[in-house]
Amino acid sequence: MTAAAIGRSAGPRRSWRQRTATTRTAYLFLLPALLVMAVVTFYPLIFQIYIAFTDFQLKNLRPTAPPANIVGLQNFTRILDSNIVIPNFDFLRVLTFNLFWALTNVVIHVVIGVAIALVLNVDGLRFKRIWRAVYILPIAIPPIIVATVWRNMFDPQYGAVNQAINATIGVLFKLPPFQLDWLNQPNPILSVGPLVLPLAYFALLAANVWLGWPLNSVVATGALQSIPRDLYEAAEMDGAGYWARLKTVTLPFLRPAMLPFAIYGFVLTFNLFTLSYFMSGGGPFGQTELLVTTGYRLVAEQHLYGVAAAFAIFQFIILLVITLATNRLARATASYDS
Amino acid sequence: MTTPVAVVPRATVKLASQARTTGGRRLKTRNQILLQLLCLLIGSTVLFPIVWIVGMSLDPRNIARPDALIPPGANLEAYGRVLARPTLNPVSFFQLALNSLTLAVVISVLSVGLGVLGAYAFSRMKFRGREFMMLLILAVLMLPAVATVGPLYISMNRITVGDFRLGGSLLGVALAVTSTQLPFAIWNMKGYLDTIPKELEEAAVVDGASRFQTFLRVVLPLATPVLAVTALFGFIAGWTEFILAEVFVVGDPGQWTLAIALNALVGQYAGSTPWSTFAAFAVLFALPVMVVYLLLQRWIVSGLTVGGVKG
Repeated sequence: MTAAAIGRSAGPRRSWRQRTATTRTAYLFLLPALLVMAVVTFYPLIFQIYIAFTDFQLKNLRPTAPPANIVGLQNFTRILDSNIVIPNFDFLRVLTFNLFWALTNVVIHVVIGVAIALVLNVDGLRFKRIWRAVYILPIAIPPIIVATVWRNMFDPQYGAVNQAINATIGVLFKLPPFQLDWLNQPNPILSVGPLVLPLAYFALLAANVWLGWPLNSVVATGALQSIPRDLYEAAEMDGAGYWARLKTVTLPFLRPAMLPFAIYGFVLTFNLFTLSYFMSGGGPFGQTELLVTTGYRLVAEQHLYGVAAAFAIFQFIILLVITLATNRLARATASYDS
Repeated sequence: MTTPVAVVPRATVKLASQARTTGGRRLKTRNQILLQLLCLLIGSTVLFPIVWIVGMSLDPRNIARPDALIPPGANLEAYGRVLARPTLNPVSFFQLALNSLTLAVVISVLSVGLGVLGAYAFSRMKFRGREFMMLLILAVLMLPAVATVGPLYISMNRITVGDFRLGGSLLGVALAVTSTQLPFAIWNMKGYLDTIPKELEEAAVVDGASRFQTFLRVVLPLATPVLAVTALFGFIAGWTEFILAEVFVVGDPGQWTLAIALNALVGQYAGSTPWSTFAAFAVLFALPVMVVYLLLQRWIVSGLTVGGVKG
């Protein structure tokens, strides 16, 4: 990186005094940012660990209130036993759903994003710039609006989805008005062990695919445009058709750009609060609840700060494991490439 | 969370335009038509929810059944209702928008101002603990803001001045959101500052300028593009913030933001939301962000594409 080069060029061996002076100046520059982060991020993080071992509740919130009682590991065991006040909470089920949700989303986003980037990258295609400008629109809409609008579109009576089905299939086959309650259908479509997928999952998936592929497409477009053209020409001279060139030239070049972005997308989708909270409200029966929404409900609705802190610690551990695992994955693929 | 966009200065942005000029092959008419139809299909799925919500906001019947782009008897009544009284509380849309705007501006200014100072230190100075501090700040990016909202609320509630309680104020929300914005702001701006030639500053130093003066007079003007984009992301984060705002100020309707009011609007009628009021609200809420985003689109997207190539 250039940063290291610039830092080093200041002089290979400077005196101790000089270094101390630079260090002081550097921390003066960093001070304002560090101050805010210390109060708002680092202190609560440490405080979190203490609270996780107490029964901190609403009544302990006032500055004059007595300190909360130490309860040992009770908060942690309550979570693992799915014994918290939130109805229908099942730790293993929520975790499984959350992982499945993030994984399916990212795979679909990347595949659709790359496919559409390929279409828009076809030589001689007209109106490319118009299509690209249109396709970027979902990114520009605040996520909270996206979630509420899609909730409305899946409304059983007034929603666009049911009306579209009525207007096409319904009219064609002369069916009675179709009023499927997508977001509240109580019977899960699929239920294998801890993995429970209600109809609402597919509704959320549809909304998030609409929201997620455009950014992947933008990244893929950038990667596509960086592929040297002579590689294609060489492949063409060897008699490779479009699909052969796609397989031997395009996809190997896309991977180094798409993989880090897919990993980032996985973490982002894993923690995606808005859709689950605003669209399905975690329903039916908490089956589309994620870890982040559960943690939020513990704080904002139940005011069980102790349990919430223990829950957040579980979240940190899970995210840490995911990060380490995906880092390994990224490195493994990189060495495979070279 | 904000979108991950790396802003890269002029030199590298050429890529896209270069590539455009190299593709000059003709496409068979049949393929051209098929591909255009495909693009149209994709475009219509992208636009459908947007057209739907705009149509619904114009619908005088206050149900969500817009059967045409412009429904029969389309009018702006729903907008009038929203502007007058968006929720059951006696708070006007103007007040809500003002709260959201204040929040967004404060977050935007703080994240640029505090962030660029830190970014400058990381980019230009070699000091003890540099690597450690950079990793510490990066580590914060991993944590979802929701996860610390409990202890944050508790500790901010302990900071009181007279009747003022930081845990019950928009200022507390602004500080909290700024802190979540800072890691990305610092890293992103550091990356940009790294590309500004160091010689310019050295020349200024020779002329007798102090470190802070060179930072102010030489570096900042050159970094304007990345400052603007960081400000934009801070603004959007503040304008759309829900979680922290809801936890901190939901008890005080005078401090509500648009996001809190939208949540209340959808929730308050338990299943029978007044959909065209909601739609008008959504359009008014989304419009400023969309306009700003589209105005700066070229900038943001080119930064993004190059970021993708680099990754």
